[in-house]
Amino acid sequence: MNIKIILLSAVSLIASSNLLAAEPTNQELFEMLKKQQAQIEELQNKLAITEEKVVENDEKIESSVLVIEENLVENKGSKTSIGGYGELHYNNIEDSESIDFHRFVLFFGHEFSDSIRFYSELELEHAISGDGQVGEVELEQAFVEMDLTDDSRLKAGVFLLPIGVINETHEPPTFYGVERNPVEKNIIPATWWEAGANFNTQFSDGLSADFAIHSGLNVPTDGSNSFLIRNGRQKVAKASADSLAYTTRLKYTAVPGLELAASYQFQTDVTQGELDADASLFTAHAIYNVGNFSVRALYAEWNINGDEADVIGRDKQKGYYLEPSFKINENFGLFARYNLWDNNAGDSIDSEKKQTNIGLNYWPHEDVVFKVDIENTSGIIDNDGFNLGVGYQF
Amino acid sequence: MTIFLFTSFFLYLTLLSPFVSAKSYMSQQEFFNSVQQSLSPAEKFQTKTLWLKKEIQSQVSKILDHKYPKLRVRYKISDGSKPPTSVWYLDEIGKERPITFGVSIKNSRVQMIQVLEFRESRGYEISIPAFAKQFEDIGVDDEHNLDQNIDGITGATMSVSAMKKIARLAILLHKTVLSSSTTSENK
Repeated sequence: MNIKIILLSAVSLIASSNLLAAEPTNQELFEMLKKQQAQIEELQNKLAITEEKVVENDEKIESSVLVIEENLVENKGSKTSIGGYGELHYNNIEDSESIDFHRFVLFFGHEFSDSIRFYSELELEHAISGDGQVGEVELEQAFVEMDLTDDSRLKAGVFLLPIGVINETHEPPTFYGVERNPVEKNIIPATWWEAGANFNTQFSDGLSADFAIHSGLNVPTDGSNSFLIRNGRQKVAKASADSLAYTTRLKYTAVPGLELAASYQFQTDVTQGELDADASLFTAHAIYNVGNFSVRALYAEWNINGDEADVIGRDKQKGYYLEPSFKINENFGLFARYNLWDNNAGDSIDSEKKQTNIGLNYWPHEDVVFKVDIENTSGIIDNDGFNLGVGYQF
Repeated sequence: MTIFLFTSFFLYLTLLSPFVSAKSYMSQQEFFNSVQQSLSPAEKFQTKTLWLKKEIQSQVSKILDHKYPKLRVRYKISDGSKPPTSVWYLDEIGKERPITFGVSIKNSRVQMIQVLEFRESRGYEISIPAFAKQFEDIGVDDEHNLDQNIDGITGATMSVSAMKKIARLAILLHKTVLSSSTTSENK
């Protein structure tokens, strides 16, 4: 037993002496700690550098993205803009067939600053112009517009008068029927542009007003076209500015889908000093879109002072139309339009003209339209037929 | 009379004109505040970034008819609430100039939409609250078209079209961030 204890004690003594020999000394431990501390500091430095680089890279990426996005926006929203619209018509009325690229229009606009811009519309009518040709090149708009406050702006130059429905908005995809309605064409007369200045202001949400001073009409004073309003458009082509005109419009659009507007115009002399015949135009219209249904109605009336217009019954010229429509879906819409107008309404002779159109618009894209309508006229005119058309805007 | 009116015009021009820019209806922060106020119970939002990768741009192009001119879109999304609400600030050109919209989406439907800045000459009527209200709770169908009719505005066709496209786009982006991992939290 004693021998066993002695042997075990000897073995444990040897083992413990070996262990003591493997443990580091305090000095060695201190050196190890110093080394590890240096390594930690080195890693911390590397981490700090890496973090700096990450921040730097983030900033570089952010700057690059901003530059790229600015370029993308710059390319997309250039200060100079180009747009346009056009329409090709095929008319088959009373066996008289014709095909006509009625309007080819280009818009050019430029933003001088956030508050000052230029806008223009150059139109080629009936595909060709020149001596002996049926078409015309017309500058229908060319004005500088300036925002005066958040709610008011002034335009000066050649502009479309704030009257009626289609005078200012007449891109083919925005209206039904191949041809524009004859009431606004022959009574207002759309498309009607003059030179001058127009002040527009918004009184509150959905209520706005326009006041314009501009060049006036110069109607013929003899022949079959005398005192016909449409023939009085001078088109700002070396136009007489002897007698100016004033137009004002009040427009209400506060209810979604509803537009109510009325315009009044005073012409100081529609003969530009030849006969002293002042005149006034009153128009009012309503448009209501609800669901897939829509209805448009317009009334327009001219009163011309002076014996010369009175004698031939053209002292009063008036008309109206009513146009209900139904949009079957995003691509198809049906319409019917009844028009009545009279350019000789000042006498007792029945001189009314009536026209009914029923048709379909097909929009394969919101900016492209194909149209077809059946046309029937009565009153002092009597023609029936149909029209086909294609139009676009961009 | 004519001289008097012309003089009045130019006097008005001189006095009031100089520094007017696009009409600002609401700031992004004001829009965000109004979204938060409309949520009950209140939701906590965090700001994130959606990178418009090729496949997303392809879907965006189908809605806008052109690519969105940004590489990424920052948005806010509510944290922890189910379903989450996302808030977007997006631009689209009406006829010539960009219109800035604020849109919030919940359950893949428009919760609120508002014109923040309007720069076009015509079509300001889309900023009228009664018009924007038509978009509330509107969603999209399988073809990604709006599932309810919007009563249009005569003479503002292109501005109305821009607003409809932005509503569709915001719904697409909302769905994208909920279904993908292409987002990264802002620092």
